[in-house]
Amino acid sequence: MIRCNDVFKSFSEKTVLSGISFNIGDGEIFGLLGPSGAGKTTLIRILTGQLSFDKGYVTVFDKEVSSLLGEDKKNIGIMMDQFGVYERLSCIDNLKVFADIYKAPYDRIKSTLEEVGLKDAQNLPAVKLSKGMRARLALARVFMHSPKLIFLDEPTSGLDPQTMRQIHKIILEKKKEGCTVFLTTHNMEEAYKLCDRVALLNEGVIVENDTPERICRKYNHQKTIKLHLSSGEDVVIPHESNSSEMIGRLLSDGSIETIHSSEPTLETVFLELTGRMLEEDE
Amino acid sequence: MRNSLIIIKKQVKDTLKNKTVLIQFILFPIMALIMENAIRIDSMPELFFTKLFSIMYIGMAPLTSVASIISEEKEKNTLRVLSMANVKPWQYLFGVGFYVWIICMIGAGVMAAVIKKEDIPFYLLVMAVGFAVSILAGACIGIFAGNQMTATSIVMPVMLVFAFSPMLAMFNENIEKVARFAYTQQLKVFMDGMSFSGIKTDNILILAVNAMLMAVLFFIAFRKKGLE
Ligand SMILES: Nc1ncnc2c1ncn2[C@@H]1O[C@H](COP(=O)(O)OP(=O)(O)O)[C@@H](O)[C@H]1O
Ligand SMILES: [Mg+2]
Repeated sequence: MIRCNDVFKSFSEKTVLSGISFNIGDGEIFGLLGPSGAGKTTLIRILTGQLSFDKGYVTVFDKEVSSLLGEDKKNIGIMMDQFGVYERLSCIDNLKVFADIYKAPYDRIKSTLEEVGLKDAQNLPAVKLSKGMRARLALARVFMHSPKLIFLDEPTSGLDPQTMRQIHKIILEKKKEGCTVFLTTHNMEEAYKLCDRVALLNEGVIVENDTPERICRKYNHQKTIKLHLSSGEDVVIPHESNSSEMIGRLLSDGSIETIHSSEPTLETVFLELTGRMLEEDE
Repeated sequence: MRNSLIIIKKQVKDTLKNKTVLIQFILFPIMALIMENAIRIDSMPELFFTKLFSIMYIGMAPLTSVASIISEEKEKNTLRVLSMANVKPWQYLFGVGFYVWIICMIGAGVMAAVIKKEDIPFYLLVMAVGFAVSILAGACIGIFAGNQMTATSIVMPVMLVFAFSPMLAMFNENIEKVARFAYTQQLKVFMDGMSFSGIKTDNILILAVNAMLMAVLFFIAFRKKGLE
């Protein structure tokens, strides 16, 4: 679906992307995880043909991205980090503009608003919507013309947990319908939960690209087991053969409440790889 | 072309909900009609208020509305969304420009109600040309500004010069000498003559230079800033 090979991009001296390569298969949810300023938005703009790049090549639908035609673009849906809604127009009128542009039938408007849970707000002007509702309106605009390939730039950034879950559900629904989704995020839980594959982007370089599980396992250096005892105490012991005797003893005592293996999260992997936290400030 | 029509359709809906732009379009035609009918002073030239407000209308309404529409779309990122939906810059600009031109022509049509029938085509032609130049100027500002605040602060002085200099020129010869280089002043001269025979080469020349200047500025603004 998407091939990105050795892409470089700099803005007047400042190199933002250096040597980005990856492939995205059909029907995959691909997550680009990185802290703010890593170059995520820049990469989305390149992949969607909004921005030229200095070196390398990018193909979408097996075509050079700069040569995509109007027809190809109809199969792409994009939501950037700024939602870009017409504030005085109602949700329906906002979508009508794009239904007209994409020649999508008007009955898609109502069904899409229902899909994103904005049916009750459909006649409200966008200026009256909360941030989460605006995000969902922007999502509705992305989905309305039934694109096969969807780009979402930090779709849940700054939203409340409930809206976030709602949006995750919608994204997974789109995958079931056969869409390929490219999303960026700086939220590692989101990446872990949603994505089939995750690329960790730091300062314009992809430092890791694999399934979330495999990435976490790969960096599981200091394997430990965490025991929660019925006394309320937490005990962390090394994950090795000579711990088995201790666990066996505690188990037969009946003093173990729960056992956890502590694998690293994407967050700790990121920290290990780059020395920086995902959500830390610039 | 289809996309331009979609932009026009959207703009109609938006204007009906946008009081500040709506007032721009309606205020001058209504004022002209009222003043022309209500105030009669013997020594006053014929159609004094209609001509005065027509020129102000040219200098204000298209300029401010186009600048505000474009700069708002830039500021709110809707323009970027349109371009991602494969709407080309010229389709967008043509849609907005043509829309504002039509609305202003309707306003001119209202003001024409008090003009002699045989003069109406000439009057509308002068208005049509004036609106076109103002729309170009408004588009320059809208593209260059990038947000509404900046747009308003640039529009203000430009608008004051073009809309009010013809009026001030009536009362002061020195101002007239400078104001004649503004397209609005030339249009005022056309309107006072109200016939093709009254138009001289230098009138046309100044108007053409104004129009070209706006066009050049427009392309510079577009090349430098684009619609991003
Ligand atoms: N148009 C631009 N001109 C100059 N620098 C830019 C431009 N766009 C982005 N950058 C720079 O590129 C870097 C990456 O930005 P961005 O892709 O927006 O990061 P992210 O989306 O991961 O937060 C930032 O340092 C930013 O300042
Ligand atoms: Mg970003």
